[in-house]
Amino acid sequence: MAEVALAEIGKRYADGTRAVENLSLQIADGEFLVLVGPSGCGKSTALRMIAGLEDISEGTLRIGDRVVNRVPARDRDVAMVFQSYALYPHLDVYDNIGFGLRLRGMRDKEIAPRVNAVADTLGLTEHLRRRPASLSGGQRQRVAMGRAMVREPAVYLMDEPLSNLDAKLRVQMRAEIGRITRRTGVTTVYVTHDQTEAMTLGDRVAVMRKGLLQQVAAPQELYDNPVNMFVAGFIGSPPMNLVEGVFTDDGGVLRLALGERNLRVDDALLHTKPGLRAYLGRRVVVGVRAEDLRDAALDRADEDTVLTAEAELTEALGSDLYVHFSLPVPAVVSEDTRELARDAGAEPQHERADRTAVVARFSPRSTARAGDRISVAVDTARLHVFDADTGRSIH
Amino acid sequence: MSVDIDTRVPDLVPAGVAPTGPPRRSLVSRLVGRLGSTAVNVVVAVLGVFWLAPVVGLAVASLRTTADNSSTGWWTVLTEPSRLTLDNYAALMRNESVLHSLWNTVLITVPSTVLVVVLGALAAYALAWIEFPGRDWLFVLIVALIVVPVQVAIIPDAKLFGSLGVYGSIAAVIAFHVAFGLPFAIFLLRNFFLAIPKDLLEAARMDGGRDFTIFRRVVLPIGWPAIASLAIFQFLWVWNDLLVALVFATSDNAPITYTLREQMRAFSSNVDVIGPGAFLSMVVPLVVFFAFQRYFVQGVLAGSVK
Repeated sequence: MAEVALAEIGKRYADGTRAVENLSLQIADGEFLVLVGPSGCGKSTALRMIAGLEDISEGTLRIGDRVVNRVPARDRDVAMVFQSYALYPHLDVYDNIGFGLRLRGMRDKEIAPRVNAVADTLGLTEHLRRRPASLSGGQRQRVAMGRAMVREPAVYLMDEPLSNLDAKLRVQMRAEIGRITRRTGVTTVYVTHDQTEAMTLGDRVAVMRKGLLQQVAAPQELYDNPVNMFVAGFIGSPPMNLVEGVFTDDGGVLRLALGERNLRVDDALLHTKPGLRAYLGRRVVVGVRAEDLRDAALDRADEDTVLTAEAELTEALGSDLYVHFSLPVPAVVSEDTRELARDAGAEPQHERADRTAVVARFSPRSTARAGDRISVAVDTARLHVFDADTGRSIH
Repeated sequence: MSVDIDTRVPDLVPAGVAPTGPPRRSLVSRLVGRLGSTAVNVVVAVLGVFWLAPVVGLAVASLRTTADNSSTGWWTVLTEPSRLTLDNYAALMRNESVLHSLWNTVLITVPSTVLVVVLGALAAYALAWIEFPGRDWLFVLIVALIVVPVQVAIIPDAKLFGSLGVYGSIAAVIAFHVAFGLPFAIFLLRNFFLAIPKDLLEAARMDGGRDFTIFRRVVLPIGWPAIASLAIFQFLWVWNDLLVALVFATSDNAPITYTLREQMRAFSSNVDVIGPGAFLSMVVPLVVFFAFQRYFVQGVLAGSVK
């Protein structure tokens, strides 16, 4: 058990590309830290540098009270779970789990109780004599976990351990990983591109983009106060709606112009974001979470905070009703939104579309259906505002 | 509100009725198909017989007396199987020179195979998985060596061995075989090792392995099919070699191929010695081949990653 400290860590490849730049993170003893970001953001490279599988070009890495920059992987007292599981195909489950202990010169007598205990925890006892080829995906994943657990290392490193499982199993294993790490209390660094995994597992979540750390915070903090448009768009499902708008001070009343609509904004926003005063009259990007858009037909709402639009698509999930519509406002196009679109597998928008797609999360009692004219009440106290040029949050 | 219940029952077929297969093909296409597969079978059978005939002939001839061999062909055994005898083999067991050279073949082949496999696997691991400057150029150089024909090296090597004082010894023959076996061995194994998922080696590294441990405990077991194939090839190649033996071995250190040729040159009618000798020299590689052949097709990697 140990804390892990990254100080200005950087990774430069021989051809000059920088995978990770100036990454500083302090991971407390027993903490579960999730590194999240779109593919190519450097999260896996960062993890591999902690593991010792990748050289560290710049900065200092400490595990416990040792600087381990030059310590080989086998001596760092860390265990890793690979995305591919990387089980030894020629060994059965028992030997796969016990492999690390055997390499460290442990006797069979000492190995057996430890392997059996781990197998018991993971429900693998009846499969101990089977080879990986005859195991299901979930069982293989457990063996990979067992191989890390049996060594009782100071740090677990997990590189997208759930991404090869189907959706149902992923949820189940996610809970299991959470349980195991909490019970063992081992410091864990977990890499994923799935923001749901990040939110549910992490004590803190570090969002990375193009080798640069964007924000580290507890999941709720990250969700409520993203530092920039990238984090705002990446964390949360569905992603935060981003539209262009202009705030004005209308004789002591704060107003927001969205296309032809002019909404009255709750004064509370100015109190939580005093920095907004400097942006009055300037084009900004306004962020609205789907749950901050309600069906005005259900509860009474101030006429001044209601948008009207045509519902283009509704998705009833039972617990919620997602309503897709668009506003006659130019879509926000920036490096951030392009990257987010790419990550979501959508075509990045090159030209400025003149409408912006928006998703609202209505109560399931809402009767809105595709094609209906809908009234959407905006919870203006909970708006997010970003600088249109830098993408930084205004607060 | 109405509920649709599917009341259709699948058509049942009484037991004992042949199931109707896929849609019937026309008579012509079936005939052509049948003819095609028959033709292939015939060709394969003919090729097999062609291939086997000399071997069977040799085996039968080695079991006949000299008198029979010089008067009638081996195929007469089909009508007179009772004339077969093990006398030739008994005589062979008393023939010092043939037994000695058969033993020499073992002395040459086993180390030549073991050394090539061991050195080749070690080098292949290094070239595949250890990073060092000039690695790729070294590999290109080794691949280039594959195309160097044995013949161009014979005279320089003979001179080299002469000046080292090992010319004519079994060690010289082994050295030559190892030197010429290694480039291909390294090439084959390196490519196979590279195909092992990198994650496996990294997992072993995280588990506490150093390079040699990873090599021995992960790469060797997984690479076993390739290593077995290589060992068979190298074994057969060295066992059947005549050229290298002719150049580098004195008659005292000569392998069986060399001695059989001597016998043939000196007494060409000497079938009672050449027959069993040649057959014995063939049996060993066949045994080796059949013992290891299952490794050719084994998919050992299944289930390791993903």
